[in-house]
Amino acid sequence: MSATQDEVHPKSGAAGAAIFAGSDSHRYNYYEPKGRKATHYEDMTVDVQPDPKRYLLQDWIISFADGTPTYYEGWTKAKSSDWHKFRAVDQEWERTHYQRQSTIVGMLNNVIENGRRSGAPKRFDRAWVKVLQDHLGAYKHAEFGLGTSMMQAQRYGYTQMINNAILTNSSYKLRFAQDLTLYLSELALDIEGLDLDAGKQHWLEDPIWQDTRRAIEAIMGASDYLEQYFATNVIFEPLVGELFRSGFVMQVAAAQNDFITPSVVSAAEGDYERNLANTVEMFSILVQDPAHGEQNRKLFVSWAEMHGKLANAAAANLQPIWSQPRVKVAQFTEAFDQAKNRLRAISAEIGFDARAIIGD
Amino acid sequence: MPDGLTLNKITAQRGISVGEATRRVADLGWTPSYVQEAMTFPTDYKIKKSPRDPMKQVLRSYFPMQEEKDNRVYGALDAALRGDMFRNVEPRWVEWMKLFLAIIPFPEISAARSMAMVGRLAPGEELRTGFAMQMVDEFRHSTIQMNLKKWYMENYIDPAGFDITEAAFGKCYATTIGRQFAEGFVTGDAITSANVYLTVVAETAFTNTLFVAMPSEAARNGDYALPTVFLSVQSDESRHIGNGHSLLMSLINDPDNHLLLERDLKYAFWQNHAIVDAAIGTFIEYGTTDRDKKKESYAELWHRWIYEDYYRTYMLPLEKYGIKIHHDDVGAAWDRIVKHNYVHYTAQFFSVGWPVNFWRIEAQTEKDFEWFEAKYPGWYAEFGNYWKWYKKLSAPGETNILFNQDTGYVYPHRCWSCMVPALIREDFCYDEVDGQIYTYCSDICRWTHKTAFSAEFEGRPTPAMGRFSGRREWETCYNGWDLADAIKDLGFVRADGQTLIPQPHLIFDDSKMWKLDHVRGHTLGSPLMHFRSLTPEQREVAAAEYRKGFKINAIN
Repeated sequence: MSATQDEVHPKSGAAGAAIFAGSDSHRYNYYEPKGRKATHYEDMTVDVQPDPKRYLLQDWIISFADGTPTYYEGWTKAKSSDWHKFRAVDQEWERTHYQRQSTIVGMLNNVIENGRRSGAPKRFDRAWVKVLQDHLGAYKHAEFGLGTSMMQAQRYGYTQMINNAILTNSSYKLRFAQDLTLYLSELALDIEGLDLDAGKQHWLEDPIWQDTRRAIEAIMGASDYLEQYFATNVIFEPLVGELFRSGFVMQVAAAQNDFITPSVVSAAEGDYERNLANTVEMFSILVQDPAHGEQNRKLFVSWAEMHGKLANAAAANLQPIWSQPRVKVAQFTEAFDQAKNRLRAISAEIGFDARAIIGD
Repeated sequence: MPDGLTLNKITAQRGISVGEATRRVADLGWTPSYVQEAMTFPTDYKIKKSPRDPMKQVLRSYFPMQEEKDNRVYGALDAALRGDMFRNVEPRWVEWMKLFLAIIPFPEISAARSMAMVGRLAPGEELRTGFAMQMVDEFRHSTIQMNLKKWYMENYIDPAGFDITEAAFGKCYATTIGRQFAEGFVTGDAITSANVYLTVVAETAFTNTLFVAMPSEAARNGDYALPTVFLSVQSDESRHIGNGHSLLMSLINDPDNHLLLERDLKYAFWQNHAIVDAAIGTFIEYGTTDRDKKKESYAELWHRWIYEDYYRTYMLPLEKYGIKIHHDDVGAAWDRIVKHNYVHYTAQFFSVGWPVNFWRIEAQTEKDFEWFEAKYPGWYAEFGNYWKWYKKLSAPGETNILFNQDTGYVYPHRCWSCMVPALIREDFCYDEVDGQIYTYCSDICRWTHKTAFSAEFEGRPTPAMGRFSGRREWETCYNGWDLADAIKDLGFVRADGQTLIPQPHLIFDDSKMWKLDHVRGHTLGSPLMHFRSLTPEQREVAAAEYRKGFKINAIN
């Protein structure tokens, strides 16, 4: 303690060294936790992005040229009585995000390094290598498109909780797109003739992938950030992303002597489960909104119809890929039925009718 | 084990090079042909050249690197508690952290949001990974700072003020400058805000005073947590500086961009100076108890980091691209700090306003006076009496300086541009914009509002440029309010409903602490509303009087 302080100062600056009004107020007290006690995630997140309806006394102090303020509820067609209600189910803040991402990177590095050291890539079935080259190589661009789309979307949300959930989703997608890119580059060190440019060529030109690219570009081109988030996790992921990752790669690879690729792809499935949980929480809150629920539900049905049509076409066009591996252990029709069941379950959780997209 | 056999030899295998990895990752993007990406954030700049990525890092190496940095930070926080850091910490210092840490997480997360803007605008994909990493970095900074603040709140003797932190951030007059800073990163022309204001100026120049100079002062005051967290934060900044410079280089070769770049460098440098030097200068000079005359003053730190490091090695080389650098502004900022007492007037202003703060400010003492006089000759004659008055009036029930006619203090006008008051009185100016009168701290701030934030700049249409908005003068919000009612409305009252969160001393004893009744009976007023109510002739007289300044009366 400094010499500037007189005898009434306690000898310590530690909690409890003196008792006075407010000396026991060791909790953030300006927001209502979702549960009985505030979580660490809530303390790190809630109200960091201010709101004139809560504490922003002077309102936003810079606007765009047309008068739109720094953050604006009208940046989505969805409406909410309380944008601050949403909490990310995965409760991510920086420490948990880096721990999880780093664990995934470590897992992938081990699997790929150990697999390569054992000579596994050379034992991959030759037809399968071409599938990886052309189609996993094409699919990585879809993941990148979703990652960049969400990097854009995380600017627009009305609260810190919404924007941070979209930000971590973007981070996971961009990491996975890079995982696939680097994994294929490493395979090319061991598998002679593996063409690393083929994937992008298929993405841009192969008819099998054009409807997937169209669906991704429709998400990237949407100007409503919640439409981007909805179209990604509620529509594209179950109908196309999971269909390709789980319904094809992870089921088929082992039969082609490939134990590495399913492990690489499994990381994305884990990512999606968490991102989906956040998404379902967000959109179910909006569907249950006391003032705007019905309007929101209709909006989500319209988004589902528009992006569902594109995703259905994308999925249907991927069907020939299931015929390309030499050892056939999975059927497209079964995988697509599972994808539709998945969407059915998601839409039921959120509270909207997906029959227009996937039938009864 | 055979000779020469090492673990490396057993485990090594051929991998892809960093150059190959970044080249492959940069090839993930494509030009959409079915649906065009919505160009949602406008800019008046033309970006024809794809920026290059100077850092060549991929997410596979980024995440483990960041996790390792985090492990060190959190390990250090645990060690600080085990070492009983708070027993020896200086409350004078920690109190200012209530203000600093209320402000900084929002600018940080705003920087994450701004990556959406430059990520969409920059052609090519090479820098996309750099922007993505910066986005996640800023998410790191915002939440790691919230964590640090929570940690102070849980372990420091007086948690009041930390406990209301984000509510206080939205309401306090002092946090307005932080909101101006943060909104400046994400609103208006996307290149002006996300590239020039944020990266080229704030991160490249002023994070050195924020995140390097300030942690050093924290350590001198027994706070080892702030340096641990903020030097880790600063270690991310070099990548951000690289991103900003790379995008700047992709703009600068097009002469069509030069006029806008000159405008934005001028605005951004001056406003960063006005905001950051006001806040960080005060924290470093007035939040410390270390009066070692061998340590650098804020002015000396500024000369090292801003003048030598930034101006001479970053700004000046831009001239070779044909950009006009505003040398005079750099000189004027330096003069404001060393000749015109900018930091000292700011500290005076913060302390005058103590009842509407949410942290404690104690009086400066003889030991402090001696240091200030050694570092800033003439300081004592200008500020000695003020701090003596402050000490005298720190007992509950005394009349606050703001309302005490005996002191001679005159409350300042607020600058409509940088939001810091017009503290260097001789530089005060005002102007009419869109039919309304506004006040400014300096002619450059007047220019910023009237000329830079406008639909046209030197004859060139600038439809993307932002506008100043909102109730920018804080005092307007409480014009005519009783001080006690304003404090209640702000929420700056402790749990007993009576005792103020702010106190003009560091005495942790209920009997010495101010309560609402001690401040009741004084009415707050808006200088701007009053100024606008004058006739043009009266305004000119009032401005001339204001520019004469004031003299603090001697204290008996």
